[in-house]
Amino acid sequence: MKKVDESGSNSLISTSAVAFGRVAISILIPLIAFVVLWGGFIFLRDSNASQGVIAVVAIIWGVGGIALLFWVADYIVNKAPLNVAQKLQPFVFVGPALVILTWYLFLPTMRSLYLSFFDASSKNFVGLANYIYAFTDSKMLEAFGNNLLWIVLGTGGSVGFGLIIALLADRSNFEKVFKSIIFTPMAISFVGAGVIWRFIYAYKPMGEDQVGLLNAIVTFFGAEPKAWFTLQPWNNIFLVIILIWLQTGYAMVIISAALKGVPSAIIEAGRIDGASEFRVIRSIIIPYIFSTIVTVSTTIIILSLKIFDIVFTMTNGNYGTEVIASMQYKQMFRFYNYGRGSAIAIVLVIAVIPVMWYNLHQFRKREVF
Amino acid sequence: MKKAFVVVMIALLLLPALFAGGKAEADAAKTVRVFGAFVDEEARRFEEAIKPFEERTGIKVIYEGSKDFETLIEVRVSGGNAPDIAGLPQPGLMNTFAKQGVLVPVWSKLEGLLNSNYAPVWKDLGSYGGTTYGVFHRVNAKSFVWYPKKAWDKAGYKVPTTWDELMRLQDQMVRDGVRPWAIGIEAGGATGWVGTDWVEDIMLRTAGPDVYDKWVSNELPFDAPEVKKAFDILEGIWLNDSYVYGGKNTILTSSFGDSVSPLFDNPPKAMMHRQGNFITGFFPDDIQANLEEEVGVFALPAIDPAFGIPVLGGGDQFVVFNDRPEVREFMEYLATWESGELWAKAGGALFPYLNQDLNAYPNAIERSLAEALVNAKVFRFDASDLMPAEVGAGTFWTGIVDWVNGRSTNQVLADIQKSWPR
Repeated sequence: MKKVDESGSNSLISTSAVAFGRVAISILIPLIAFVVLWGGFIFLRDSNASQGVIAVVAIIWGVGGIALLFWVADYIVNKAPLNVAQKLQPFVFVGPALVILTWYLFLPTMRSLYLSFFDASSKNFVGLANYIYAFTDSKMLEAFGNNLLWIVLGTGGSVGFGLIIALLADRSNFEKVFKSIIFTPMAISFVGAGVIWRFIYAYKPMGEDQVGLLNAIVTFFGAEPKAWFTLQPWNNIFLVIILIWLQTGYAMVIISAALKGVPSAIIEAGRIDGASEFRVIRSIIIPYIFSTIVTVSTTIIILSLKIFDIVFTMTNGNYGTEVIASMQYKQMFRFYNYGRGSAIAIVLVIAVIPVMWYNLHQFRKREVF
Repeated sequence: MKKAFVVVMIALLLLPALFAGGKAEADAAKTVRVFGAFVDEEARRFEEAIKPFEERTGIKVIYEGSKDFETLIEVRVSGGNAPDIAGLPQPGLMNTFAKQGVLVPVWSKLEGLLNSNYAPVWKDLGSYGGTTYGVFHRVNAKSFVWYPKKAWDKAGYKVPTTWDELMRLQDQMVRDGVRPWAIGIEAGGATGWVGTDWVEDIMLRTAGPDVYDKWVSNELPFDAPEVKKAFDILEGIWLNDSYVYGGKNTILTSSFGDSVSPLFDNPPKAMMHRQGNFITGFFPDDIQANLEEEVGVFALPAIDPAFGIPVLGGGDQFVVFNDRPEVREFMEYLATWESGELWAKAGGALFPYLNQDLNAYPNAIERSLAEALVNAKVFRFDASDLMPAEVGAGTFWTGIVDWVNGRSTNQVLADIQKSWPR
């Protein structure tokens, strides 16, 4: 009996020691992790080391820091009782994303909303003055009109051409080749596309070598070269063409995938009933893939609403090509008018939200989520 | 394996502490940190120019340049991380900081140097509310007309000394079958600034410096007759297709750096190009190699002789944020010709010092520019850099673009006046 007792109390001491040690470790580990991360932060902020060293440390600190945080969080959660751990586990995975979204998206949006009620230097409250500006200034009205044009022509063009090309490619023996060619511009950034199209629209006076493709063609047929960007209001359309060039591939690929899902039985039934090819497309294929077309359209509408890079690189908003995002950039970073810049940003966010909601709604219907 | 990985990772994360320890040591040597807007080659030449100071005093000057200077300096100052000295490209920025009370005013020794080494206009440009803060170092001057010397001499043209002579010369060039001017205002996000420079030059020559100052502060509204007159004179040159190579389309689409190239075609397609001293950097390589033989330059002539030949220009002014003895010493050095001499020799920069040695400039062209700058009775800072950004970097630029593209002068001037922030 005595022996058992002894060993019992011994094991009690050792278990409590172990428990104490565990608690200590589970406090110590996060503490060490915090110190390490904080030390890295202080170093990156204040260091005089060469840029190469700082870059390397920043990479290690950034990537390693995330891994460390995850590992520590996972470690702590696993220390908890099983049922609690199971509840907490998902947050270890989704938590960082939530934190980053809050920090980089939600808080800045709220701050923009707050700043949009203040003056240029964010010091004095001005009520709705910045919003009145956003909806009455002649340049802003021009931007709204142009954005509408971008939405209608850009989306219509991309989806229309995407649909036609998908239908034609579907009936061709060289489907893969055609689709690859049309899809290639998707790999080019908007700014890169701007640079390419600058060469297409480039202007040189009569008598000089036309480096611009379009003017080379025009002068070949004996006409005078044109300064395309200065031709109002057509210049907006010349810019929208770039978006269509970039986005047709995207629309085509998605629509083409949907086309493959149209059951051939229905199409054949239609043909047997004597429907023309056009009728088959109009009455069978398009209704069948309609939700895909809507999804693609809304995605490109959002893109057209936010359009900035093309305008910024091509005309910088001159010659009546201003869009909402370029107005925001100018107010914010050229004129340092944080109030107006924020107000325009909020207007843009509010304009995008319904389309975004509809878009997600469509995705959900198609069980993407 | 996993544990080893964790250990290595922690070790790597702790590594920075070693470097952090080394920081205090670096601070022990006297260091002056300078933050400015010029980068690359210009930054290199600046560092070269201040080497004698570092060798003489043992003070280390660390220059850091950024293309986003204007945004970053505000962030750094409001974040309590101001450099010791900053080179501000725009007087408006100096005014902002002076108003915030974050700048160190010039001390008596530096003020003495400013009084003896500079024309009064530079001290005025560096002052806010009666207190002087800024010291100018490298400056630029823009009121110059460049021409291809060989073709010019061959055609027998004479450098015009009055505005009327310039106008007659234009017509003579047209009769000879060559366009007088090569002009281009395209500059990406800054498209239009070449035009604002022209307007400013004409304003200085027709309305004079006092009216010009009122115009800059909007005491003289933008749609006033004086401004309209300047636009009318500009219209007489710019919007006359026989005076400008390629006409209005070329003005709008040709980038300011490329726009000078018709001067160097063989035979030249245009004879004159009005631009600042920095345009030499955009000349073709073979022209740059023989600058003195290939290129001639004259100051844009006076229109109203009462104002002489004014010079329009700009420059970075250095201001002090942290008052330390070594910072003071460096600022005093910047106020002397000695700090500019090596850069002047390297080329591509003008200096405002009254006592400078013009022979230091590497060629006759830069020498004559420096001479025009030092001798100018009237020097004024680029107005668009002094106006609020909404106008100076906004509607004034876009107004010029719209104007060239066909909008009427009255409408453009009214647009700009309306955009002036209240």
